[in-house]
Amino acid sequence: MILGLGPAEWQAVRLSLLVAATATLASLPLALLVAYALARWRFWGREILNGLVHLPLILPPVVTGYILLQLFGRRGMVGAWLENSFGIVLSFQWTGAALAAGVMAFPLMVRALRLAIESVDSGVMDAAATLGASRPWVFMTITLPLILPGVIAGVILGFAKALGEFGATITFVGAIPGQTQTIASSIYIFLQTPDGGAVAHRLAAVSIIIAVGALLVSEWLARRAAKWVGGR
Amino acid sequence: MGGRAMTLFVSMQQVLGDFTLDVAFDAPKGVTVLFGPSGSGKSSIIKAVAGLSLPAKGKIICAGRRLFDSAQGCNLPPHLRRLGVIFQDGRLFAHLNVQQNLNYGRWFAPRRQTAAPSMADVVDLLGIGHLLRRRPADLSGGERQRVAIGRALLSAPDMILADEPLSALDEARRAEILPYFEALRDAALVPMLYVSHSSAEVARLATRVVLLQSGRVVAMGEAADILGRADNLGGAASLIAARYMGQDSDGLCRFSTPAGEMIVPFFVGADRVNLTRLRIAAQDVILARDMPRQISALNILTGKISDIVPLPEGGVLVNLTNGEAQIKARITQRSATALGLALGQECYAIVKAVAIAG
Repeated sequence: MILGLGPAEWQAVRLSLLVAATATLASLPLALLVAYALARWRFWGREILNGLVHLPLILPPVVTGYILLQLFGRRGMVGAWLENSFGIVLSFQWTGAALAAGVMAFPLMVRALRLAIESVDSGVMDAAATLGASRPWVFMTITLPLILPGVIAGVILGFAKALGEFGATITFVGAIPGQTQTIASSIYIFLQTPDGGAVAHRLAAVSIIIAVGALLVSEWLARRAAKWVGGR
Repeated sequence: MGGRAMTLFVSMQQVLGDFTLDVAFDAPKGVTVLFGPSGSGKSSIIKAVAGLSLPAKGKIICAGRRLFDSAQGCNLPPHLRRLGVIFQDGRLFAHLNVQQNLNYGRWFAPRRQTAAPSMADVVDLLGIGHLLRRRPADLSGGERQRVAIGRALLSAPDMILADEPLSALDEARRAEILPYFEALRDAALVPMLYVSHSSAEVARLATRVVLLQSGRVVAMGEAADILGRADNLGGAASLIAARYMGQDSDGLCRFSTPAGEMIVPFFVGADRVNLTRLRIAAQDVILARDMPRQISALNILTGKISDIVPLPEGGVLVNLTNGEAQIKARITQRSATALGLALGQECYAIVKAVAIAG
């Protein structure tokens, strides 16, 4: 067996990857919208939105998890509505883990995307508009391709954060094997059990491999994208 | 505005920093040059017409379509205005190659446009066939601006707006691009509003000039009329339509004009343009009653005196007419009296070749 991982440990690795990927990709469109609004639009409440987005970054993760539990738990305002209207339950499910990871990764993604959007010359976007492109078309054909390196950076950063998310996740959805027990919570739990040190060791190694791998892939992608965008 | 085919009508007020732009003018077919010193509001007008800024008040109509009308609360967004803008800095799309840049506006151009120039025509007109696969980063400044012209043309606009398209280029590149604008004007593909603060560009390009100063229109009219007035563009000057006839072995260029053959030290763009206009400052012209012989000046033109106007700053402005050509000479009152100049006389205008800008 590779790395000497047992089935339960493999399960935690697979679950972590699923949770992190879902969290990043599902929050990307919203992160793009918020980053675009913060970078380009002047509207009432812009600073409030900015603060709200950054909240998970400055709050203790346990508090973020607690707020999620209050809102999205089965008796929470949003949670009860989701269950009654759509039959969706988030608490103590892997989808809940993805929500918690997504919320925690959100500010990092928005920051990376916002920087990228701010660096696009608005004159080029004006030029596209005079050539007949409406605002959605300008975004799809000009802004999005030009910020691609920033999008890649934001996604990888968000993915890494989501993969390592622990505090908010364990508060919101616990650590149920096969459901919500990710690599991070597994390491924590095995460290609490006698003779769990070896497992924690192996899982820590896996975390490092995934993190370094993601970093290398993102560097490579970003370089290719920059080349493509810059035309050299 | 009479029965003249009017393409663009602009009347607008807009507060800009420390002064107010308050202008009204029209731009019929051909090239209308908005001319004035920097800070006179030229580029702000282009932005407002293109829909990239919002005037406080006014009305902008192009090709019969209402683009902006504050009284009616009408303000068409830029992508519906059908205006091709050529910016100072090109603004090509870095992630697209030249061909994709050229095609960008065509994706959005309304299908009904049958008069739109074809890709092949535009590529040929601008000489950019060999660049199609390249990215903007691999183009020179002049090439980039040629692609920007093509991109604007191919979006099938009702009008081209050019915002000092040569000012970001050095002298040599400017001389390279200017003939393309002349070719564009002569091909009469689409009317153009052209912003400039260079009198050389006005002289070669303009069919009509709108003179701006501190946000106001101080004069407008046919290019030859505006340039002929002493108080405009650095003194009175003549604009003479000329056909390029070729280059002599000593490097001088020959032109045929209604007032006679002219010799000019150099002419940039001869390979692309054969009809141009030569600008002669009125103070560089010497008048003679008899045909001068044994004289170093190479250009001797003829015409009948059609006007003698005393100038407020002293001297007189004499206008010679020969067919289509109007030649203006600024001489002293004493010379005018000594020569006994009178309306209707035949006269010779003498100009040194080096005094003529091609």
